[in-house]
Amino acid sequence: MEHTAREKALWTICLTLVLIFALIPVLWIISLSFKTPATITDQSFIPTEFSFDNYKSLFEGGISESPFIKPLINSLGIALITTFISIILASFAAYAIARLDFPGRSVMLAGALAIAMFPPISTVGPLFDMWRSLGLYDTWPGLIIPYLTFSLPLAIYTLVAFFREIPWDLEKAAQVDGATPFQAFTKVIVPLAAPGMFTAAILVFIFAWNDFLFAISLTSSDASRTVPAALAFFTGDSTFTQPTGSIAAAAVLVTVPIIIFVLLFQRRIVAGLTSGAVKG
Amino acid sequence: MADIVLDHVTKKYGDGYEAVKSMDLEIQDGEFMILVGPSGCGKSTALNMIAGLEDISDGELKIGGELVNNRAPKDRDIAMVFQNYALYPHMTVRENMGFALKLAKVDQKEINQKVEEAAKTLDLTEHLDRKPANLSGGQRQRVAMGRAIVREPKAFLMDEPLSNLDAKLRVQMRTEVAELQSRLGTTTVYVTHDQTEAMTLGDRVAVMRSGVLQQVDTPAVLYNDPVNLFVAGFIGSPSMNFIHGQIRGDEIELPFTTLPLSDELKRAASGDREVIAGLRPEHFEDAELVGDHLGEGVTFEAKIDLVESMGSELYVYFDAGSDKADRVEQAASEAGLEELAGGDSNQIVARLSPESSAKRSETLKLWVDPERLLLFDPDSGERIRAEGGSGDAGQ
Repeated sequence: MEHTAREKALWTICLTLVLIFALIPVLWIISLSFKTPATITDQSFIPTEFSFDNYKSLFEGGISESPFIKPLINSLGIALITTFISIILASFAAYAIARLDFPGRSVMLAGALAIAMFPPISTVGPLFDMWRSLGLYDTWPGLIIPYLTFSLPLAIYTLVAFFREIPWDLEKAAQVDGATPFQAFTKVIVPLAAPGMFTAAILVFIFAWNDFLFAISLTSSDASRTVPAALAFFTGDSTFTQPTGSIAAAAVLVTVPIIIFVLLFQRRIVAGLTSGAVKG
Repeated sequence: MADIVLDHVTKKYGDGYEAVKSMDLEIQDGEFMILVGPSGCGKSTALNMIAGLEDISDGELKIGGELVNNRAPKDRDIAMVFQNYALYPHMTVRENMGFALKLAKVDQKEINQKVEEAAKTLDLTEHLDRKPANLSGGQRQRVAMGRAIVREPKAFLMDEPLSNLDAKLRVQMRTEVAELQSRLGTTTVYVTHDQTEAMTLGDRVAVMRSGVLQQVDTPAVLYNDPVNLFVAGFIGSPSMNFIHGQIRGDEIELPFTTLPLSDELKRAASGDREVIAGLRPEHFEDAELVGDHLGEGVTFEAKIDLVESMGSELYVYFDAGSDKADRVEQAASEAGLEELAGGDSNQIVARLSPESSAKRSETLKLWVDPERLLLFDPDSGERIRAEGGSGDAGQ
């Protein structure tokens, strides 16, 4: 469809407005992170005194002293492990739901949806008590398990949609070609569902990376505290200084992995990967 | 290579529906067997059971003398070509064709050699490193064939492999498939709903309807000596004309003429009875062009409704003028010939020589050969023929 110049101009204006609305706070945080403690409240958008002190302060004292390095490692580890387990489990579950006709299939999908709708806050209290008696409180698994609970439905839903798109005949062809059902799954179905896998992986990773509720409630030390929770425990240079600068710097830094993750996998999400498999 | 034997093979689904009913079929080593029938007749289900993609509910399936009922598809050593080709889109043509060998852990050098050999046979050499998405329909079809022949399996199973091609390519590929099969000599089971494909390709053709095998024989026998109304109507294009007839003594009264019964039919259909007469379009001729054979047949006059000239032949349509056309329609519908039952069964098609002077809306003198007349029972749809007559060839 051809767009007229007028339409194009209108679209450009709209998109610019949305972009400004979305990006100004991000730019503001970036600006804050480069300001010195003396100029942090000067209200200027572009820092008058440019410094990297806020970033340096995050990493001062190495892994034992820094308030940021250990949480960053926790965040990365917990989010990656959650993503990995979630995608493996979800792909098996989604494949079964998409392909097999077993009793309780729709109940399973409905159950997954119900879990996704469940307000996480109502599980925090019971989890806190349970995790303490089970010894999972303030550990990595203590966060990974609730993250899996809430990310699996999302991943399953995404993957079911992708698996349903794949022609069934491809599996039959693989089976006749001598593949075991597992080989057919890993060598034919998974490569074809890769865009779906990456989409689901991005969603799960972002969910686990961004979570604040579970991270603040189920951790008590740097042993498992993730970055979003750790930010709340930042302290200033003295009792009377706000840690605004270092919080801003940390906020900028935790955004970087998300951007890298999305850019990396976005390239793999190529539409129409299945074209050519079957006629039409 | 191997023979395939189906012994009372049945497919019954959970809801009690029987897709294939007690099918008996022996496919000899190296034979090209066609399963043909209208959609929903169970032919694809039968093929899938041979492939192992569907469980066999009852009966025995033997490939090369070995019982394979409970073997997974991968352990049956058969190759299948799918209607939609089912090429792996993320692999190149080379990888597609070599996939089965790779799974079988064949040496990479040997795989390459075999793939290249097959590619040469199928004229795919220059496309080996392309992805299926970049190939034309005909090329994809050949890759699907290539994937099957690379493995040198015991049997090829083909599920309507040509139905996604356009008409011209289909005819071309049909010849190629036939050539390939006769060169390789591999046992082949080929499923199609297209009776032309069935007639031109197969050594033998198995006609199926509603899960029941109707008749298995060479194309010529199916055409000339069908066992029932369904096979008679399904095989041949344009299809056989079915006309309501009444037998009186040694003659049969058709709405437009009366024909003497052949000796064989006299023995088969004794006494006065109602029948459905079957006459193929080519059993008619323009009476003026019959020449010396005029005396062997019967002539009658008909008012021509429509003339279709094909260049090499002429199709003329005339009205049978039967007041019992609904009886024929009912029998055809019971026999499963919906297309026929839905059409105007009162209309007769005759194939005449192109020299005929037939013109629309004019009356023409037509000649018909009574020796070629087939009779069917209007209730059961079965062929009426003499016991121990030449009709035995049908079984």
